[in-house]
Amino acid sequence: MTRSSWPLYEVFVRGKRGLNHVHVGSLHAPDDEMALRNARDLYTRRNEGVSIWVVKAESITASSPDEKDPFFAPSGDKVYRHPTFYAIPEDVPHL
Amino acid sequence: MDNAYDGLTDAGEEKHWAFGTGFTDALTGVGRDIPAVDREALTAYCLMLGDDALVYSQRLAEWCSRAPELEEDVALANIALDLLGQARLLLSRAAEVEDAGRDEDALAYLRDERAFRNVRLAEIDCGPGPGGDFGTTIARLLVFSTWRLALFQRLAGSADPVLAAVAAKGVKELAYHRDHAAQWVLRLAGGTEYSRERIVEGLAKVWAFTDELFATHPVEAALPGVAVDPAELRAEFDQVIGTVLTAAGLDLPETRQVAPLAGQSGRDGIHTEAMGFLLAEMQHIARSMPGAVW
Repeated sequence: MTRSSWPLYEVFVRGKRGLNHVHVGSLHAPDDEMALRNARDLYTRRNEGVSIWVVKAESITASSPDEKDPFFAPSGDKVYRHPTFYAIPEDVPHL
Repeated sequence: MDNAYDGLTDAGEEKHWAFGTGFTDALTGVGRDIPAVDREALTAYCLMLGDDALVYSQRLAEWCSRAPELEEDVALANIALDLLGQARLLLSRAAEVEDAGRDEDALAYLRDERAFRNVRLAEIDCGPGPGGDFGTTIARLLVFSTWRLALFQRLAGSADPVLAAVAAKGVKELAYHRDHAAQWVLRLAGGTEYSRERIVEGLAKVWAFTDELFATHPVEAALPGVAVDPAELRAEFDQVIGTVLTAAGLDLPETRQVAPLAGQSGRDGIHTEAMGFLLAEMQHIARSMPGAVW
């Protein structure tokens, strides 16, 4: 088996406080099970997580930089869609 | 409750730091009472278990930057660090029970080969040196972690509160080490002809040191209720190894066992040729610059 034949996986880790899974990085692994274990070894060494998702990078459909303007520019001037008119208390975490 | 969000964070945690807080000391709240047993034997027993972890940790650390893949490099280093953590707690306990002015560093760095009490399986070269390869390394990891997990599961009930706590913590670590090894055995055995050959030869090599793991030492016999009699671990060990090998479609190795020398082996300070080289590498900085800190 050559080095390049190990597929790329994307790793998502959930912290312990009911947060969402967050993309933390990627890795190579021979299969799904080993990807999960490699993710544990690479991305949860410092007490970061209670749950891990791994998914083959090729399974992710991503938006293209070429489509950046038609995709995202239209929302740039719709300030009324943002809840920016509320005062946010300083001690609210994760906002 | 003054703040509706307090419930989202654990006490003492930094609120705005999403990951990686809330570390705890492994032995918080554990009593340091020394049970009413022969202190010399208890010191020796802590050294045995500590030296197994320290010496094997040193061997695993040799893979750092040399594993077949970056991911495996980190995995083996993590396992080495788990074992180093166990070694520190156990050597500290040995120093405490011995009460002769030595600390964990003195025990790790300033003892000579004959004073080390690790089993010989921990010290042999299974790669990346000339004595082995990744297959041999995985074979040793399977044998060592299966044996030590069975030992620690029983040691968690020890009358020594520190040994019991170290074992309870170590069980979770060792369960992962064993799983990691088993996963790789399955993949090497089911991979290519060459990978299968590597794991078969690796198992044959390390198997020669298995009988020593289950030989009851006088130190263990002198500590009923505190030490675990390794002879009791054999059945569970054979069953677990049998399950993994069956799943991998491999036969149990039939290797002639490396016998004790005049009745003595690793637990008595009688080691293989590899041990001196290992200690030289592990100890030379500490010995050439005594008391150095950074």
